[in-house]
Amino acid sequence: MTTLFTEDHEWLRIEGDVATIGITNYAQEQLGDVVFLELPKVGRTLKKGEAAAVVESVKAASDVYAPITGEVVEVNEALTAEPSQINTDAAGSWLFKLRIADKAELDGLMDEAAYTAHTA
Amino acid sequence: MTACNTAARETAARDTDPPLLQRTPLYALHVARGAKLVPFAGYEMPVQYATGVLKEHLHTRTAAGLFDVSHMGQIVLRPKSGRVEDAARALERLVPQDILGLPAGRQRYAFFTNDAGGLLDDLMVTNAGDHLFLIVNAACKDADEAHLRAHVTDLCEVERLDERALIALQGPQAAAVLARLSPAAAAMRFMDVAPHDVGGIACLISRSGYTGEDGFEISVPAAEVEALATALLTEPEVWPIGLGARDSLRLEAGLCLYGHDIDTTTTPAEAGLAWAIQKVRRLGGARAGGFPGADAILPQLAQRAPVSRRRVGLKPEGRAPVREGAKLFADAEAGEPVGTVTSGGFGPSVNAPIAMGYLPPAQAADGTTVFAEVRGQRLPLRVAAMPFVPHSYQR
Repeated sequence: MTTLFTEDHEWLRIEGDVATIGITNYAQEQLGDVVFLELPKVGRTLKKGEAAAVVESVKAASDVYAPITGEVVEVNEALTAEPSQINTDAAGSWLFKLRIADKAELDGLMDEAAYTAHTA
Repeated sequence: MTACNTAARETAARDTDPPLLQRTPLYALHVARGAKLVPFAGYEMPVQYATGVLKEHLHTRTAAGLFDVSHMGQIVLRPKSGRVEDAARALERLVPQDILGLPAGRQRYAFFTNDAGGLLDDLMVTNAGDHLFLIVNAACKDADEAHLRAHVTDLCEVERLDERALIALQGPQAAAVLARLSPAAAAMRFMDVAPHDVGGIACLISRSGYTGEDGFEISVPAAEVEALATALLTEPEVWPIGLGARDSLRLEAGLCLYGHDIDTTTTPAEAGLAWAIQKVRRLGGARAGGFPGADAILPQLAQRAPVSRRRVGLKPEGRAPVREGAKLFADAEAGEPVGTVTSGGFGPSVNAPIAMGYLPPAQAADGTTVFAEVRGQRLPLRVAAMPFVPHSYQR
């Protein structure tokens, strides 16, 4: 299992042809207390860069963009009832899973060392 | 995560650009306590500390919070005659409030009006015995000073107290905390103002605030504010609170934020601020009118002229916050917008999204369902009485 990161502060866990996606601890620190979450519909095909989910903190609403192209195969409904979980455990709070359309898109993403350098 | 990128860019810009923002005398304290600083009204202000907006908000409602509001303007109107009535008479030319009837040692909410009946700024006015003391919004303070200089200098000197800081201690434990440092100050009642020593520092204290809670606002020489803030923060009940929680606290309390819920286009009747205009300045009163826009404002208060919109409280039926700028509709699908949300977000004490905005009188009754457009969808909201959280002022 590989974990990759985007410049927009999302993490992707790659297992086979499915990517599980969440936001990073850095992102939740910037956002502050998360109070609302809007997730994409299962079955929807997201293009890379398309607005996929909305994370709202007490301060503002922020879009989460699809880091790669793919079909939404599962969303974390339980998290919408307890969105503050993102603040306590961002790495463990997945938002949605995508069936990866083009594995070549993963090449543009960062590994943990590169992401750590990116946020330093 | 667009917001994150923006934050990163702002941080980068702050590191390289020449400083354009002012700092309050508590800047070093904010930094030392882990504040996240943001530009606000020309100042670098703490939006939150390490604990975050939600916990800061709830702490203020259950214990006590300390706010740095030193960016706000403090202005003295000193009567040339030495008689405070002359300063009151002069200020009444610019505000629709009863200032002549304000007793010494008391404070009152007021607003500067324009010729169209709109609001130039809202402010607190204190009768300090031999002069008037005004607290105005940071973003308006230069314009307010110019406005005063243009209209009252025949009777008053206008003095900006830029060498004074202002802090607010708010929450149900505020009085108990202040009593340890200044027993006399804690005996004041809501809207009293008096000079008191706090831990040996000479302050001007009012029992008022902007959270809906009991509390105090403390004007103090800038050179001494850090010692005072540190003394208050040493008390176990007191946390430093940023502007983020200040905004959610005042929204739950149903209080207007100038430039958002009220501005140059909103009249007092539209804004639901009729309560702030005393009888003596209304039609039929002994000093009716005599302020800018009286011809527009007073007939509305007397219900002799219609209002086209009213400020209302709004409770979204779902969990999604509805934020400032969202258009409001009477219908779930069709039609043109009938109003706009002027403040909105999540109310931590209400534990639900809350908002305020303007609607036509036909939609403004409590319980009416309206719809806000959020990300292309129309979400239902119910018009609700304000405050969303009851005030707990010590009258």
